[in-house]
Amino acid sequence: MLKRFVMENLPVNPDLQPAFVPRGHTPEKRGRLKVFFGMSAGVGKTRAMLEAARREQAAGRDVAIGYLANRGSEEQEPLAEGLPLVSPIDVVSRGRVQAEMDLDAVLARRPELVLVDRLAHSNAADSRHPKRYQDVIELLNAGIDIFTTLNVQSVGSRAEAVRQITGAVVQETVPDDILEEAEFELVDLPTEDLRARLAADGKYARELAWAAQQEIFRPGSLSALRELTLRFVAEHVGRDVISSRQAGGAGEPWKSGQRLIVGVSPGPSAAGLIRWTRHLAGELHATWLAVHVETRGRLSREGQACLARNLALARELGAEIVTTRDEDAARGLLRVAREQHASQIVLGKPQGWRALDLFRGGSVLNRLLRESGDIDVHAIRVEGRAPLPQAPGKLRIDASVLREYGVALGAVAGTTALNAVLYRWLGYHSLGLVYMLGISILAMFVRRGPTLAAAVLTTLAWDYFFQPPIFSFRLERLDDIITTVTYFIVALLIGNQTSRLRDKEANERRREQHATGLYLLTRALAQASHVADLLAIVTEEVGNAAHSDVTVSLAGPGQDDALKPYPGGGWNLSGEELKVAAWALHNRQAAGRGTSTNPSAEGLHLPLVAGQRALGVLSLRFRDHAPLTTDQRDLLEAFVRHIALALDRERLREAEHHAKLAAESERLSKTLLNSISHEMRTPLAAITSAASTLSEASGAAPRRLQKEMADEIQEAAQRLNRLVGNLLNMTRLETGHVKPKLDWCDVEDLVQVTLDGIENDLTRHRLAVEIAPGLPLVRMDFVLMQQVLTNLLLNAALHTPPGTTVHLSAAIERGALVLSVADTGPGLPPEALPQLFEKFYRAPAAAAGGTGLGLAIVKGFVEAHGGQVSAQNRPEGGALFTVRLPSSGRSLRPAFQAPAPEEAAKNRVSGAGS
Amino acid sequence: MNDARGIKPTALIIDDEQQIRRLLHACLEANDYKVVEASTGAEGISEAAQRPPDVIILDLGLPDMDGSSVLKRLRQWSSVPVVVVSVREREEEMIAALDSGADDYVTKPFRTGELLARLRVAQRHKNLVSGSPVFRSGGLEVDLNTRIVKVNGSEVRLTPIEYSLLSLFVQHPSRVLTHQHILREVWGPNSLDHTDYLRVHIAHLRQKLEPDSSRSSYLKTEAGIGYRLVEKD
Repeated sequence: MLKRFVMENLPVNPDLQPAFVPRGHTPEKRGRLKVFFGMSAGVGKTRAMLEAARREQAAGRDVAIGYLANRGSEEQEPLAEGLPLVSPIDVVSRGRVQAEMDLDAVLARRPELVLVDRLAHSNAADSRHPKRYQDVIELLNAGIDIFTTLNVQSVGSRAEAVRQITGAVVQETVPDDILEEAEFELVDLPTEDLRARLAADGKYARELAWAAQQEIFRPGSLSALRELTLRFVAEHVGRDVISSRQAGGAGEPWKSGQRLIVGVSPGPSAAGLIRWTRHLAGELHATWLAVHVETRGRLSREGQACLARNLALARELGAEIVTTRDEDAARGLLRVAREQHASQIVLGKPQGWRALDLFRGGSVLNRLLRESGDIDVHAIRVEGRAPLPQAPGKLRIDASVLREYGVALGAVAGTTALNAVLYRWLGYHSLGLVYMLGISILAMFVRRGPTLAAAVLTTLAWDYFFQPPIFSFRLERLDDIITTVTYFIVALLIGNQTSRLRDKEANERRREQHATGLYLLTRALAQASHVADLLAIVTEEVGNAAHSDVTVSLAGPGQDDALKPYPGGGWNLSGEELKVAAWALHNRQAAGRGTSTNPSAEGLHLPLVAGQRALGVLSLRFRDHAPLTTDQRDLLEAFVRHIALALDRERLREAEHHAKLAAESERLSKTLLNSISHEMRTPLAAITSAASTLSEASGAAPRRLQKEMADEIQEAAQRLNRLVGNLLNMTRLETGHVKPKLDWCDVEDLVQVTLDGIENDLTRHRLAVEIAPGLPLVRMDFVLMQQVLTNLLLNAALHTPPGTTVHLSAAIERGALVLSVADTGPGLPPEALPQLFEKFYRAPAAAAGGTGLGLAIVKGFVEAHGGQVSAQNRPEGGALFTVRLPSSGRSLRPAFQAPAPEEAAKNRVSGAGS
Repeated sequence: MNDARGIKPTALIIDDEQQIRRLLHACLEANDYKVVEASTGAEGISEAAQRPPDVIILDLGLPDMDGSSVLKRLRQWSSVPVVVVSVREREEEMIAALDSGADDYVTKPFRTGELLARLRVAQRHKNLVSGSPVFRSGGLEVDLNTRIVKVNGSEVRLTPIEYSLLSLFVQHPSRVLTHQHILREVWGPNSLDHTDYLRVHIAHLRQKLEPDSSRSSYLKTEAGIGYRLVEKD
């Protein structure tokens, strides 16, 4: 973008509605809004509100004052007495100090009922919301009931009518939407009494001055206002009655099948049109859409801003927004109308006459009327300043446009020069064709403006320089005149057509870019397998597409968990920004720049919502300060949806994973319980029966029986002991409590101690032990490794037939200590091999006995040492288990030589050492 | 083994498990002990103070105090022989108890014969009568005076360290000696990390005492705790 304007930050005027506007979402329990409604200041709305509040308080409800205008006045003081006040905060903005309602304090205190005076008030800049009614919406969403006051002039759909009555443009209005479900209490005063009151009471001096200025005091005005007020309330009540009758008391406002469309232009007059349409839609109980047709040519920056504001106003008033592209506004409108099955179109009456309309067959309105067919058209007169106001005295000089004009000029000059040369050979008629060629080529490179200028210039040049009489603009012959005029027309047409084509192409390209951007993003998102990857992709892609710095923050799993910004983001959110982002998350609405919440924030924060869950926030800090175009906004919305989906997908994937783990864990627990139960009960049964045999045996129980029973008990006890040991070890492994106490160990010693420990279990097998000579000391945990060897040997004994040999060997191989236990039994079933070392795994044909824990413990203990264990079948039959432990061996025995006995005797006394 | 005067020795059982106390009580009485019971560490200490027993069996899994604390307190004013009882996985506890003054240990589940043997050994050392400096057990003969070591009649030449090692064991026959204790006594308090020395020299010693057998029947490894010189009759 080469435009270099003085970038003035468009001041955030709270009355001009922003780009992102909340769509009301229906929370579980919304508070109720009661509006004390009157025709103007001074009728006594605040008093009525206070009185009603006192009644509520007397009835036992928790009431608090959120904001009260004219606090401390002698009239109000007695009424307000006794009602607790939430202290307002002083907001400093633009050099003034303003007292505003402390929204957070009210939310924190959470009374049942809050009084908020002056619903239409605009908050000071830097407040969370630009308008007080937005604060009220937030309070209602939190389930707090509200009493408030409002004048009829501040009702959005009536603002136009009030303006017509009083001639004053109302600055502060409230959209009808939020009043839809409110209860109204009319506070009425006969006009005479009102006038008297206003005149007498000093505090209304300001209102008085304003009213006088607006000639509100003409009797007709006041009465008209009053009537408007009464009618509004009556309509409101009527609507309630109808809707409750219709819906059988369900309360949802009933909509007829009608649909209205209002054409929105980038001009300030559109606002009035929109409000009018809202009014009509309300009357007809129809849904309505605001449609903007983007014709060729790009809007100026102010135009874009104005359009955004208009569309936002429409959205706020409850319209659905549709933007479309079409060369012809009328055709576009009709197309949308037909697509959306609209029955009526609302359009503004054109102001004045535009020359170009001649070519297009009439103004937009006329064309629409002609083609409308069965759709009704409302042509509304709206007032407004001329569209696209230009700051006086400031010429918009765009460098690139200037350049193109320069190019056009150059082309004209060049072609003229060329023609001067060609003049010798060609007649002057043919030169026209040369000019034509020039224009056609020029149109491919410059905009319409310069092209048309070139067309004019070439016509003149041709006439002046080449057509007789030369160097004069006069044309003598008829066919010259005709040729020239025809040339001019054709040149214009060519120029126009080519520009249109270029514009179309540009549009197409832009659309394609968007589609591609979206496609790339979604494809990248689809492929990301990890939340971290996802976030990295989002940060980059969205940042590129939106020309902004992007950060994604994720919500914690719990309700109140803080928002956590992803560390790899392009923008570090400050504490303040994080608060705004958190607000966006909890309220599931966009917040920040260009929205109705914290519009003075640094960036735009969009919540990522999938279904019912708010998963996080996408925060963007734009690199330029332009307001968002509709294109960008649409793109962002699409992005946000996709990202939220992708995040949700990841979340679900993780949840599935956890569920699987839980199910697996469940399964293992069950297996464990079954297995343990069996393993424990068997020896217990043996003990019980042996013990009871012993106790029941008569006094002279044979010694042999005693011994036998005692042995049974001992054996069973040992089995139980082993089982308990296994369970304990397994638990320690599971909970990570196995930390080997590494110490220097003698391998031979280890083997010896192990064998001593299981002497009785190996009685039916032959044991062959092979320990390599000169094994160095190895660092390991003696007790753990003893358990490893024990388990391996017991395993071998258990699974091989009696009488077979079990081999145990220890050696150093390639710097590692290798312990192996081999048997000559049936070997391991091949299908069992991969799962052999898993908890509770019992080979399909395993003999009874054993919980399936032994090998798992071996693996756990060995791996805790940093070693490995493996199992395989030997080629000669039988199974082989190999344990490898890293060894930083130290030589155990220095070369040992027994000295000769005489020497020994000699050395004995002096105690010579080695 | 009864003491010299022929009066039954008193054994104090400090264990919170009633079942264990019952069984031990029966077993010890069957072996001519008088038995006193205590179920907590505090109770045990006060019992030991009021009626000093001849030997104490201390369970390390007491609810109110851990075994080492009981031992430390006891050892402040008593040198009564103590055999501690614990479970197998808690080697650290046992080492701590042994270093705090316990004489020996058994691990649950234990054979009562083993316990009785340990009790005897523990008591014996307190009643040691200075007699001959020659230690004999099985084929092993060690003369602490002349420093001559004979195995099955033939003399065996030992290095000074090996000799120190062996004599340490000989002075505490049948009692377990923790690694740390041995290191401290033989190599000095600055060598407490050098279990590698210990392993090497134990291996050498074993080789020299029983060159023909792959298993040493004199020096028994108590896994994770220490070593014990086994007496053979």
